[in-house]
Amino acid sequence: MKLDAKIPAGPLAEKWERRRLELKLVNPANKRKFEILVVGSGLAGASAAASLGELGYRVKCFCFQDSARRAHSIAAQGGINAAKNYQNDGDSVERLFHDTLKGGDFRSREANVYRLAQVSNAIIDQCAAQGVPFAREYGGALANRSFGGAQVSRTFYARGQTGQQLLLGAYQALSRQIALGSVKLFTRSEMLDLVVADGRASGIVVRDLVSGKITSHAADAVVLATGGYSSVFYLSTNAMGCNVTAIWRAHKKGALFANPCFTQIHPTCIPVTGDHQSKLTLMSESLRNDGRIWAPKKKGDGRKPSGIPESERDYYLERKYPGFGNLAPRDIASRSAKEVCDEGRGVGAGGRGVYLDFSDAVKRLGQDSIRERYGNLFDMYEKITGENPYQAPMRIYPAAHYAMGGLWVDYNLMSNLAGLFVIGEANFSDHGANRLGASALMQGLADGYFILPYTIGDYLARNGKGQAAGHPEFRKSESAVSSRVQKLLAANGRRTADSFHRELGHLLWEHCGMARNRAGLEKALERIPALRAEFWQNLKVTGSGEDLNPALERAGRVADFMEFAELLCRDAQARAESCGGHFREEFQTPDGEALRDDKNFSHVAAWEYKGESVDPELHKESLTFENVSLEQRSYK
Amino acid sequence: MNFKLKVWRQKDARNKGGLVEIEAKGVSADMSFLEMLDGVNEELIQKGSEPIAFDHDCREGICGTCSLVINGIPHGPERGTAACQLHMRKFKDGDTIVIEPWRARAFPVVKDLVVDRSAFDRIIQAGGFVSVNTGSAPEANAIPIGKESAERAMDAAACIGCGACVAACKNASAMLFVAAKVSHLAELPQGQVERGARVKKMVAQMDREGFGNCTNQYECEAVCPKEISVGVIAKMNREYRQS
Ligand SMILES: Cc1cc2nc3c(=O)[nH]c(=O)nc-3n(C[C@H](O)[C@H](O)[C@H](O)COP(=O)(O)OP(=O)(O)OC[C@H]3O[C@@H](n4cnc5c(N)ncnc54)[C@H](O)[C@@H]3O)c2cc1C
Ligand code: FES
Repeated sequence: MKLDAKIPAGPLAEKWERRRLELKLVNPANKRKFEILVVGSGLAGASAAASLGELGYRVKCFCFQDSARRAHSIAAQGGINAAKNYQNDGDSVERLFHDTLKGGDFRSREANVYRLAQVSNAIIDQCAAQGVPFAREYGGALANRSFGGAQVSRTFYARGQTGQQLLLGAYQALSRQIALGSVKLFTRSEMLDLVVADGRASGIVVRDLVSGKITSHAADAVVLATGGYSSVFYLSTNAMGCNVTAIWRAHKKGALFANPCFTQIHPTCIPVTGDHQSKLTLMSESLRNDGRIWAPKKKGDGRKPSGIPESERDYYLERKYPGFGNLAPRDIASRSAKEVCDEGRGVGAGGRGVYLDFSDAVKRLGQDSIRERYGNLFDMYEKITGENPYQAPMRIYPAAHYAMGGLWVDYNLMSNLAGLFVIGEANFSDHGANRLGASALMQGLADGYFILPYTIGDYLARNGKGQAAGHPEFRKSESAVSSRVQKLLAANGRRTADSFHRELGHLLWEHCGMARNRAGLEKALERIPALRAEFWQNLKVTGSGEDLNPALERAGRVADFMEFAELLCRDAQARAESCGGHFREEFQTPDGEALRDDKNFSHVAAWEYKGESVDPELHKESLTFENVSLEQRSYK
Repeated sequence: MNFKLKVWRQKDARNKGGLVEIEAKGVSADMSFLEMLDGVNEELIQKGSEPIAFDHDCREGICGTCSLVINGIPHGPERGTAACQLHMRKFKDGDTIVIEPWRARAFPVVKDLVVDRSAFDRIIQAGGFVSVNTGSAPEANAIPIGKESAERAMDAAACIGCGACVAACKNASAMLFVAAKVSHLAELPQGQVERGARVKKMVAQMDREGFGNCTNQYECEAVCPKEISVGVIAKMNREYRQS
């Protein structure tokens, strides 16, 4: 299979403009004849569904929550980037492009990242017009804060609830289209298969989570906006329902899965405190604007933080990366925390934690300013830990957070399957091997508001109507989905899906987490198939398939994680280099930084499903860099 | 810690439900309320019974999915806290804890503790937006907004749409929810054009959905996990009169 990214010719700054001219249009009267399915109602899905509805297409939008407004994007805290340069601090499209590409350790496409930076400004305009209450300066202009991996202030925010406000903006735009009749919304509906008829994505099979009914929907194009798969680690900052199911099932129907091993471990989360936890809570990266990260210099220092004098504290990010200090990118900050704890200098239960200290900022700005900036995060910390972060430093540790990997898409955001588009966190596009903070919201909305609505029109104009629901592939997919549901319900072993998920997560965290090595990955690749076999033999699911059944929903998602985890490790094994969040211990510089191998690994690894118990096939899309020179990332 | 739970179990909207006693054993004080329920569910499944159905997703107090009435109070005893953010250290070992779904005519029970809140979505669909198509927005800094105004808008916009306000109100009124959205958009220049029409349409939809009237009991404010002030209701009433 030849992977064609369909990147337009011409100078970087003109590529998107050129592509837009090349794209065929669907005339307004004909738009009504086309039906588009959008799976997902997060930032990517809601913005796409609303925009497509406005254009005049007939849209169906699906989500598994009880309301579109509850998609996981709602939980994003810190902010969204744009190259407005409102702070007059030297920002530009060029700089945002460069920071994002470098932040991703040169494992993303130049053309995609440049386009992202170009459309970033229009996103802020759009959201402000929808009534998103962004933070403001006294004069009425928009305010900004700084995020990791950048030396300019380009992050727009709405307190610590930026994702919530952006999503409500998109959800309201979507609601307007629902009222106008251009979008039909299906809540509590889970996509369980993609229907591919005559080589073209032609529809989906969904299960109504309340009635248990399995139905299919035919359409002229399918858009997946189903979010990331970090919950494969069991403990992560993601919501409980986040899953890999939709994109995994599409993968099994032929869509290539790109860079699954590029997972982001976020440096500032509330540490694990015991084995009762169901998830970990993020403390936004924005806290690193004013908080200083440190650990005791001495091993096993049991003193209270207040009892440790300045001279015995190691502000290790400031020491190692004076240029960026506490705002070093996430992969680097996470790995540094792990190093400190591996050396025995970690704090808190089990020694897996470091301090995030606001005492200097409180002295400088006063407690009220800190409360105004981060109040909700401080409250959240106190609720979870029972400790007051205004008085003592927070304890933090890295946790699984974001998936850079996802389904492979070309420049037009279409997968290798005709008619299947993938947007938001579900695709692999713009973040390379490490995403910078505040760039996921930007990408999700860029895809949904400003890219997909153009490119999908071109596909429809060129390919016309798709297969009708009468095509035999629909019945075939439906019956495959029901027999899988029946198989899960028939399982009558002794272990719950949750206990399998926990075990799988531990295994991955251990061998394919912040640091990976060959021996560990081999072990994981041996144990995952065995665990999967046990899953199918020893799983227990109660209840029926005819009504709301959380045990069944859970089991289906865990079953997919069980398969996907193997691909994740296989990709990590095949990528014998370190880059961004993918740190292979065998490949590091003398001072412990990720050592890329541009000669052999400057490519996107796109995996093709070949069938059960058959090895997947690796396809490579080579990455070429014409506008930046590949350098070792330095944040010193 | 050990608890005696009295949990509302109901097969579906058509069947009648009732409180069922279930033990929660070996609970750690650091667990969240939902993690305690996870533990109970694990045991139920292992014993071959159906787990208790309850809604949840983010577990960070922001998605508005969790919806439990705990000992008679929506989201439980801790002020400004959604059920998912409530921790077991707030309870005493040996306590009896009663867990029920939101109760309101406009929120029918789906199963056990899960209710149907789509009425809220329909109220937003009726007018809770600014009609601006993608692509037609002016430059963001072209319309300055005073810091205080932006902060007030944000205070109202913080609503997570959980419905606790309805569950707490003896009239099952949705005024706090509707007023929060009306106030958010009325506060901003972008919301001015549709200001009058918006409040009328949203209130009309609220009435159609079967929510009750507001008789100024302020129970809603007391249980709101985002501590949205009842001041927004007064503001909405003014907006309505002027529309
Ligand atoms: C705690 C936290 C904080 C974050 N903070 C920031 C930040 O400050 N800045 C930033 O840029 N990024 C941040 N991120 C990342 C960012 O929030 C996400 O990457 C982004 O919101 C993903 O949006 P999405 O639309 O792709 O997917 P989501 O918002 O996850 O939406 C997925 C949608 O797909 C639906 N879905 C999933 N599977 C199925 C299925 N099988 N069938 C039907 N529907 C399905 C869901 O119902 C949902 O509607 C944060 C992430 C987390 C976890
Ligand atoms: S689960 Fe999201 S608010 Fe409680």
